Amino acid sequence: MTVRIFIPRDSSAVSVGAEAVAAAVAAEAARRGTPVDIVRNGSRGLYWLEPLVEVEVAGQRIAYGPVAPQDVPALFDAGWLRGGAHALRHGPCEDIPYLKRQARLTFARMGRTDPLSLDDYRAHGGLGGLARALAMPPGDIVGAVEASGLRGRGGAGFPTGIKWRTVLNAGSGRKYIVCNADEGDSGTFSDRMLMEGDPYCLIEGMLIAGLAVGADTGYIYLRSEYPDAWDVLGDAIINAMREGVLGDSVLGSGRRFVLNLVKGAGAYVCGEETSLLESIEGKRGLVRAKPPLPALQGLFGQPTVVNNVITLASVPWILAHGGAAYQAYGVGRSRGSLPFQLAGNLKRPGLVEVPFGATLRELLYDYGGGSASGRPIRAVQVGGPLGAYLPASRFDLPLDYEAFAAVGATVGHGGIVAFDDSVDMAKMARYAMEFCAIESCGKCTPCRIGSVRGVELLDGMLAGRTKPGNDDALLRDLCQTMLEGSLCAMGGMTPYPVLSALDHYPEDFGLAPKQEEASA
Amino acid sequence: MSLHCRHDRGTPARTSTQHVALRIDGIPVRVPAGTSVMHAAAEAGIDIPKLCATEQLEAFGSCRLCVVQVKDRRGYPASCTTLVEEGMEVTTENDALFRLRRGVMELYISDHPLDCLTCSANGNCELQDMAGRVGLREVRYADGDNHLAETADVSNPYFAYDPAKCIVCSRCVRACSEIQGTFALTTTERGFESRIAAAGGDDFLSSECVSCGACVAACPTAALMEKSVIELGQPQRSVTTTCAYCGVGCSLNAELQGEQVIRMVPDRKGGANHGHACVKGRFAWGYATHADRITTPMIRKSIRDPWQTVSWEEAIQYTASEFRRLQARYGAESVGSITSSRCSNEETYLVQKLTRAAFGVNNVDTCARVCHSPTGYGLKQTLGESAGTQDFDSVMQADVILVIGANPTDGHPVFGSRMKQRLRQGAKLIIADPRTIDLVDSPHVRAAHHLKLRPGTNVALVNALAHVVATEDLVDEAFVAARCEPEAFAKWRAFIADPRHSPEATEEISGVPAAEVRAAARLYATGGNAAIYYGLGVTEHSQGSTMVMGIANLAMATGNIGRPGVGVNPLRGQNNVQGSCDMGSFPHELPGYRHVSDDATRKLFESAWGVALSGEPGLRIPNMFDAAIAGSFKGLYVQGEDIVQSDPNTRHVTAAMESLECLVVQDLFLNETAKFAHVFLPGASFLEKDGTFTNAERRISRIRKVMRPLAAYADWEVTQMLANALGYPMHYTHPSEIMDEIARLTPTFHGVSYARLDELGSIQWPCNEAHPAGTPTMHVEAFVRGKGRFMLTEYVATDERASRRFPLLLTTGRILSQYNVGAQTRRTANTVWHPEDILELHPVDAEDRGIRDGDSVGVQSRAGETVLRARISERMQPGVVYTTFHWPGSGANVVTTENSDWATNCPEYKVTAVQVSRVEHPSVWQQQFARFSAEQMALLEAESKSKTAHAPV
Repeated sequence: MTVRIFIPRDSSAVSVGAEAVAAAVAAEAARRGTPVDIVRNGSRGLYWLEPLVEVEVAGQRIAYGPVAPQDVPALFDAGWLRGGAHALRHGPCEDIPYLKRQARLTFARMGRTDPLSLDDYRAHGGLGGLARALAMPPGDIVGAVEASGLRGRGGAGFPTGIKWRTVLNAGSGRKYIVCNADEGDSGTFSDRMLMEGDPYCLIEGMLIAGLAVGADTGYIYLRSEYPDAWDVLGDAIINAMREGVLGDSVLGSGRRFVLNLVKGAGAYVCGEETSLLESIEGKRGLVRAKPPLPALQGLFGQPTVVNNVITLASVPWILAHGGAAYQAYGVGRSRGSLPFQLAGNLKRPGLVEVPFGATLRELLYDYGGGSASGRPIRAVQVGGPLGAYLPASRFDLPLDYEAFAAVGATVGHGGIVAFDDSVDMAKMARYAMEFCAIESCGKCTPCRIGSVRGVELLDGMLAGRTKPGNDDALLRDLCQTMLEGSLCAMGGMTPYPVLSALDHYPEDFGLAPKQEEASA
Repeated sequence: MSLHCRHDRGTPARTSTQHVALRIDGIPVRVPAGTSVMHAAAEAGIDIPKLCATEQLEAFGSCRLCVVQVKDRRGYPASCTTLVEEGMEVTTENDALFRLRRGVMELYISDHPLDCLTCSANGNCELQDMAGRVGLREVRYADGDNHLAETADVSNPYFAYDPAKCIVCSRCVRACSEIQGTFALTTTERGFESRIAAAGGDDFLSSECVSCGACVAACPTAALMEKSVIELGQPQRSVTTTCAYCGVGCSLNAELQGEQVIRMVPDRKGGANHGHACVKGRFAWGYATHADRITTPMIRKSIRDPWQTVSWEEAIQYTASEFRRLQARYGAESVGSITSSRCSNEETYLVQKLTRAAFGVNNVDTCARVCHSPTGYGLKQTLGESAGTQDFDSVMQADVILVIGANPTDGHPVFGSRMKQRLRQGAKLIIADPRTIDLVDSPHVRAAHHLKLRPGTNVALVNALAHVVATEDLVDEAFVAARCEPEAFAKWRAFIADPRHSPEATEEISGVPAAEVRAAARLYATGGNAAIYYGLGVTEHSQGSTMVMGIANLAMATGNIGRPGVGVNPLRGQNNVQGSCDMGSFPHELPGYRHVSDDATRKLFESAWGVALSGEPGLRIPNMFDAAIAGSFKGLYVQGEDIVQSDPNTRHVTAAMESLECLVVQDLFLNETAKFAHVFLPGASFLEKDGTFTNAERRISRIRKVMRPLAAYADWEVTQMLANALGYPMHYTHPSEIMDEIARLTPTFHGVSYARLDELGSIQWPCNEAHPAGTPTMHVEAFVRGKGRFMLTEYVATDERASRRFPLLLTTGRILSQYNVGAQTRRTANTVWHPEDILELHPVDAEDRGIRDGDSVGVQSRAGETVLRARISERMQPGVVYTTFHWPGSGANVVTTENSDWATNCPEYKVTAVQVSRVEHPSVWQQQFARFSAEQMALLEAESKSKTAHAPV
């Protein structure tokens, strides 16, 4: 039997040479006259091992990585087709502790399948949730999501069931399911991984959402910076249409659902749900005032579910296994699991799906292995560019929406970016304001003008920090105005990284250290 | 910002059957559900600070000044976008809100020039007001990035855009979209780089902007400002009056310094326009003080003589003696009058009274003869009243809008914008027009069906639509049975069901595919409230009256009449064309459309006027021309009309003028007709007198004097002097007394008075004991004539058809920036948009003739020839060419023929068979015209040296 070799097509793996490795494997196999079956799977999310090549031996997938093209002849020589020993061998992939310790619910199939094979998808449990949903009345589907405790994974953490219930109850006219795939937060990649590595999971989630609220049309708003996800999703939608998963009769049920793929144009703010809707409608990506909520007047003025990729992709598991099974994971009001994304200055960056309640320290050290530079981790930004910076004293904080909110931080989309002690936090604060200035849609005044003034104030502080006399009063006033006055989270959350940097690292700004930290 | 928006409530008023009670700063408020907290607060007398909000526009929520706190709700929601909820407790002022607002204002001012004292908005600036309101005392952000060095766009003749003063509130962009519906403005870039820009050009003038001025009115700062204000300063007082351009009849506030108009601002309380206006009404009023105004009376024996400036007394005495002489020599019927649709109701009434009572003849006609006389006839025959059935607001309840032979976005722009608002809400649009007018496909508006018919085939088309209704079981049987004459209907049903009227049979005539006609008919009949709007494309045909009746038949058959959202709506051309018809300007009708042969009516007027009246109809305008050429008609008093330019077959008209012994022209300018006159009586513009205009929806609105007449007298006073000189006494001291007489003598006006108009703002007639506040919708319970009458409408092809010699059909019309004969608009900066009349033709016809864009082309008909520049345009259909008649030298009416409507003599302007070919020189007529005009101007020059010239504004 031909040996199957799995080489990820995930763009992270490709960015470190997966294509060359795949070519090298094929060439070497041909040279040796050894037929191999190369499967381009999704990534397992063990990014420090990419390109991570798995060789299927007796039903087990043996991991080798990171593999460089020049390693390939030696791997053949080492008999890797039979699981032979080699310095790059990590044993059965699923036994790698990093992976084994995770609770992969949403990412259950990730890396195990050929992303575009519907047969593979079905064989690994795909479409089970959809099949159950097709047999349920809409209210019960929403009920299952409510029971699961699922909250929006895009960052706001709004209970998904309540949103769906609102749309379900919003009359019987035209409704839409919109997937927010404008994953723009720095250090995040779970949406991209899922779309590239398990696209049918997202499609199935959107189908279930459509059945739940009575929508027959969906839109995926994908950021233009994800060309590989664009290709995969496009192919996946075509395959799903061809095989009757999408179309006029979903799985032969007589129920219609069609999906449209829309490409963004590079604006971060279009990840904000209302400007995303404007953008799909062909307008400028300006934030809308709420109310009206998109659930009542969303796309083209119709009731609309707007959910993040991971939110929707979590739904098939919930429907297949029941809301209670999902609800059994997690802590407090943060139920289920979150695919955290470890990035920045870490030894072992990657995708870690664990139940809520794990601490930052576990993720940074047990999974991440501490800093890549070997220096102490000084600050961590959680939840994207608008998330607060957390100092080491906060590393034992459990990853839980409420616990984070209580200290002015956000779990957000689960992106975790680590910085060692060489970081200049005043420059990071400036970066936050600059990011806002570059990405502001310009609609509301605090964000449009405030972000520019923030950059200017921080430039002044950076220039003057070696001399005494820096004062943060105006910067703090500005942050307060932005925090309280902005129309959306863009301007409203930009103060978080700035204020947290000021609070925890005043010395970087030429300000006197805070009393308790000075005495500590 | 106008002088009138101090008490802007921030967001539009809502209507709802449900009301919501809440407390704002402890004050209990009850408002309709859907109202914003900001609006509710304003109702309670609490003005929450705001910059991006105005009640003219939907809430936007960008400025963040209007933040409030709501009990048990976190954060600081914007009161403009937050809707009231039952039991809500809102706080609008506290320390946190004070700090937040001041913080936002500090940011605003950190990117705004501090030149308030020399700024054109000084004293009337919302930004300035708000900075004061929130107590801003210092701007702590020093020397940051800003837009202060950006240069102003002064390309538009009427307003300037100064980006340095722009606060990016988007009110202009939203006004352009929501109110005007042109979508010409947008915001470019994003974040701090966000700037307002006009799309489709390098600057405002070259962009898609139609210069309606909604953006200027919406701007809270001096970023968009009228050049007149920049030049002269803020106005100091305001007088509400009515626009003197088209039949929409917009209510305008003339904002003044003393007697000088600084700007025109549409009145938000205006029933016809609700605070909107167009490039003509808002900006093109400078003609009123143009140097071409003639302000002293003039006489001359012959049109080859120089004009002699004379006193009013002499001019009046001379006119009276001439008319007496002519009547003595040629008989009483040798004189007559033409009233003006641009003058007030009172003035028009007075001219017909003068004609009937002082001249003693019924030879009075009005320019409606050449525009909407078929409307008067056709609607009277079928429905019983010579007027449109709805108010403009009705369109907001229409589900299907059928536009026939009208181009509202050019001809009736303010109503066109309102129609587009409804279309953007989802109403379906059907257009019947030979040309692809803008409405067919414009931003966020697209016609469901464009029935692109051949000119002259309207009746075939309306019959085909009715045939589908009658034969596909789409008749509203209950309505017809209850409301219409059964016999007439039965006859009509049998007539219209005949296969010769089927879409398949008429396709060959009209050129409209049968399937398209059937689909349109079904949509009209079954799509909910269906409303018809039509214009001169319906009336100005040999079968104009037939077509009007065909339209009425269609509306009656489908039950689309007698309630809001439906109806038959003629879009009247001129500001007071409805009024001039109402006022008895027709040779066969006394005021209120009562026939002169009706003894009771005649007795009523005889006893009121103290003279005997003739029961025989007098001469219509074309009859006057014919009689003049024949030698029996010798004296004509023309008030405020330019028949030489506007009436068809110019050479015939000028021949008639040259045959007159005494032509009296009363006008602002030495117009084309005045060049043939013996007496020139200076007219007064609408700014110089009191009176009323009646618009297309029968709305009577006041015009109010904002300056003294440049020539000392209002037109009604001049008519009165002439009557007295003729020995018929008139002693009105104010136009209100004329209106009182009209009301006394006209049943549909019984309830109208100036006091009542001041009280209600405007009144839609009928206004009487039964309808004390007027009648927005007519024929509600029953038709005015009792039962609706279906009329048979056989299609008869016009004689004017394409032939080998004249293979193309010319159709004429007008465009947005110019108005009618252009006497007013040509004397304003509007000429930048339309400096000449152009011949539009289809690329196929152009290629056949070797014509390139911009070529000079001769347009030749059996009546005459003129030369225009060509524009190749796919708006046209092959075989059809189009031009406008705004410039006298264009000679559009040299080409049109004397063919006319069988019932009313309304000229067939819309169909003239022509040939078009490339030429090098102006036509013979144009050369003669140029020579004659030069001569006449020289004869004027001779006497004009001593006159006071008035500089244009």
